[in-house]
Amino acid sequence: MFRKHTFLLILTVLFIGLVACGNNDAGANNQGNENGSNDDVVIDFMHLWPAGSSRQHNEIVQEIVDEFEADHPGVTIDMEILGNEQYRENLSVIGAANELPDVGMTWAGGFIEPYARGDMFTDLSDLVTDDFVPGTAEAYEVDGGIYGLPLELNITPVYYNQAIFDEHGLSVPETWDEFKEVVQTLVDNDVTPITVGNRDAWTGSMWYMYLADRIGGPAALNDAISREGSFEDPALIEAAAQIRELVEMDAFINGYNGLGNDEAKGYFINEQAAMYLMATWDLPEWTTNDDNPQEFRDSVGYFKFPTVEGGAGEINSYVGGPGVGLFVSEQSDVKEEALEFVSYFVERWGEMSVTDAGVIPATTVDTEGLDLPQMYIDILDDLNEATNLTLYADVQMSASTADVHLNMIQAIFGGEVTPEEFAERQEQALSDED
Amino acid sequence: MNKVMSNKWIIALYVLPSLILLGALVYIPIVMTGYYGMMQWDGIGEMNFIGLDNYVHLLQDSTFWFSARNSFLLALFSTLSLIMYLVVSLVLSGKIKGSDLLRKIYLIPMLLSSVAIAQLWIKIYDPNNGMLNSLLRTIGVENPPAWLSDRSTVLIAIFIAIIWQYAGFYIIIYSAALKGIPASLIEAAEIDGATPLQIAWKIKVPLISGVIKTTVILAIVGSLKYFDLIFVMTGGGPNGASEVIASYMYKEAFGRYNFGYGSALGFALLILALLTTWVIQKVMATKDDIQY
Repeated sequence: MFRKHTFLLILTVLFIGLVACGNNDAGANNQGNENGSNDDVVIDFMHLWPAGSSRQHNEIVQEIVDEFEADHPGVTIDMEILGNEQYRENLSVIGAANELPDVGMTWAGGFIEPYARGDMFTDLSDLVTDDFVPGTAEAYEVDGGIYGLPLELNITPVYYNQAIFDEHGLSVPETWDEFKEVVQTLVDNDVTPITVGNRDAWTGSMWYMYLADRIGGPAALNDAISREGSFEDPALIEAAAQIRELVEMDAFINGYNGLGNDEAKGYFINEQAAMYLMATWDLPEWTTNDDNPQEFRDSVGYFKFPTVEGGAGEINSYVGGPGVGLFVSEQSDVKEEALEFVSYFVERWGEMSVTDAGVIPATTVDTEGLDLPQMYIDILDDLNEATNLTLYADVQMSASTADVHLNMIQAIFGGEVTPEEFAERQEQALSDED
Repeated sequence: MNKVMSNKWIIALYVLPSLILLGALVYIPIVMTGYYGMMQWDGIGEMNFIGLDNYVHLLQDSTFWFSARNSFLLALFSTLSLIMYLVVSLVLSGKIKGSDLLRKIYLIPMLLSSVAIAQLWIKIYDPNNGMLNSLLRTIGVENPPAWLSDRSTVLIAIFIAIIWQYAGFYIIIYSAALKGIPASLIEAAEIDGATPLQIAWKIKVPLISGVIKTTVILAIVGSLKYFDLIFVMTGGGPNGASEVIASYMYKEAFGRYNFGYGSALGFALLILALLTTWVIQKVMATKDDIQY
C-alpha cells in the first residue's frame, strides 16, 4: 500500500520537473511552426550573446539581422538567445533530439566532430572565401568538410614592457638566441623576464606550441595530434628541451606552476615581469581598460614569437584559434536562405566587430581609416600577413588526451620529466585513443 | 494523542515527505552512481554496460591510489588538529578575560565561503608578493619555498589552510559541549584541590568524550571527501601532486567526460568513507559512556 503511494508521489514529482524543464523548448517550437505556416521564409537562428552580458555583440547581431531582413523581403529571422553555458548544454540536447535551429553557433576543434559525423551540420566548404585568415576555417574541418564559419579569432603575440626593456637597453628579439640573451640580461639584473600562470597549464602550452612550431614547422605538432605523425618527433622533443633550458635560466616567474593566469597577468600589469605570452583577447587590457594605469598601458608593446635558427617555422605563423563560428543545420528546410544568411552575416560581422566590439574577426580587415588603438591596427595588419594558424593543442585534442598534455606541460616546466618522457607519455595517450 | 500517533497513515504523513526527498536526492542517486560505475559513458551519448571493468581499472589506477593517499593524509592531519582545537576550547572554557570575543574571532573563517578562503590563501602563499614569503624574507630566509607550485610543499600548504578553515567549527562544538558540564563538578574538584590541568584532563575531557568521538568521525569522513579548497587553490596540480579522491573524480567525470569511471570513483569514495567510519567506531567503542 505504502509503496504504491510512494511510487506515485515520486512519479508526480519527476513529472512536474520534466514539464517545467521541457516548457521552454515546446514554446519555441510552437512559435516557429506558427510563423512557418505563412508563405514567408523563417530562419531560426540561435546565438549566445544576450544583451545583458555581451551588449555590443548583441547589438551588432541585431543590426545585421535587421539589415538582412530589409534586403531580403519575405525572409524573417527568428532569434533565440542563450547565455554561453546554457547554449552549450542546450545545443547537445536539441542536437540529440534532431531539433537544431537552421543557423546557430558552434565551437571549433573537438566540439564540432559529433555533429559533423552525425550529419547534423551542413558542409560549408563552398562558402569559405579567401577573406578568411588561413587556418581559421580549417579549425572547423572534419573529414575534409568544413562545418562552421569562424567569426572570432585570437592569436598570441608576446607582450612586453617597453619601459623595462629600455631601462636595460634591450631591443625586441627576432631570433631565439636573441630572445635568450634578453632573458639572460633581465635575469642578471634581477628582473623577472617572463610571467606565466602555469597552474592553468594551457598558458604554458602556448610557449611549448610556439617552440614546436618554430623548430618543426606547423606540421610537426598538428600531425602528431592528428596521428599522421608521432609525438616523438625530434622537433617536438627539442621544443620541450628548450622549455627546460628557459626554466633553468630562471626565465619564468618564481612559482609559475602554482600561479593561475590571472595572477600571472597581475605581475605583468604591476610591471614586475617584462614579458607575457597571451592571446589577443587581452588587447583591451593594454589599450582601453581604464583600470590599468595609463603609464603602464603606454609602455606595453608586442612582438611576434622569435624564430629558431635552422628551424622550419616562420615568424608569421601563429598559435591561436577561432572562438565561435556559425553552422547551418543539415535538416533545415530553408537551407538555401540559411546559407545566404550565414555568408552575409560573416561578411558584415567582419566589417563591424572590431570597431564596435573590439573583437578581431576571422576574416581579414582593411585597417585603413579605422578608428582604433594602434595596437589593434598593428595586430590586424599582422594577421593579413599570417601564413598559418595553429589551433591550441588542448582544443585540438580530445578531453582526456588534453588532460595528459596539460599535466605533461606542468611536469616539463616543473622538471619532473625529461623531454623524452614528455613526448613518450603524450604519444602513449594519443595512440591509446585510436 | 497516542491514538493519533498510532495511526499508520498519520505516521506516514509525517515521515513520508522527508523520506521521499531523502530517497530521491540521496539514496537513489547512490545506487545509480554504483550502477553508472559499470558503464562506459561520456555523459551525453549511449551507455555501454561493461560490468566491473571500471572497478578493476580503479584498483590498478596509480593516480587513484595517490589521490587516496593524499585524502588519508588530510584525514590524519585533520584528526591531529582536533587536539589543537580541543586545547583552545579548554583554555577558552576557563575563566579568561575576553574568551567570548576570542570564540567569536575563531568562528570567522567558518563564515567565509570556501572560494573566498581559497583566494585569501592563494594571496598569502603567492611566491613573490605573498604575505608569508614577504615575512620569511624580512626575517632573513633567502629563498622561501614557492608553496603552491612546489610538489613537496603544496600538500602541507593546503592542509594548513583547511585546518584554519575548520577551526571555528570544531571550537564551537567543543565549547558548547564544555558549557554543558555542570559547574558543581568543577567546583567540587576545585575544593578537593585539583589543578586546572587535572580538571581539564581528568574531568572535562572524559565528560565530553562522546562529542570528541563524533568530531573525529566528522573530521575523517569530511577529509576523505574534501574538495573545495584544493580545487580552487591548485586544481589538483602541479601535475597531480595535490590530487585528492574527490578532485580526481571531478576531473574524470567533468573534465575528461568519463562519467562511467567518474561514477566508479565516487562509489569507491563512498565505500572507503563507510569502511573508515566503521573502523573508527570499532576502535573507539568504549564499554560504557561516562555520565555526569
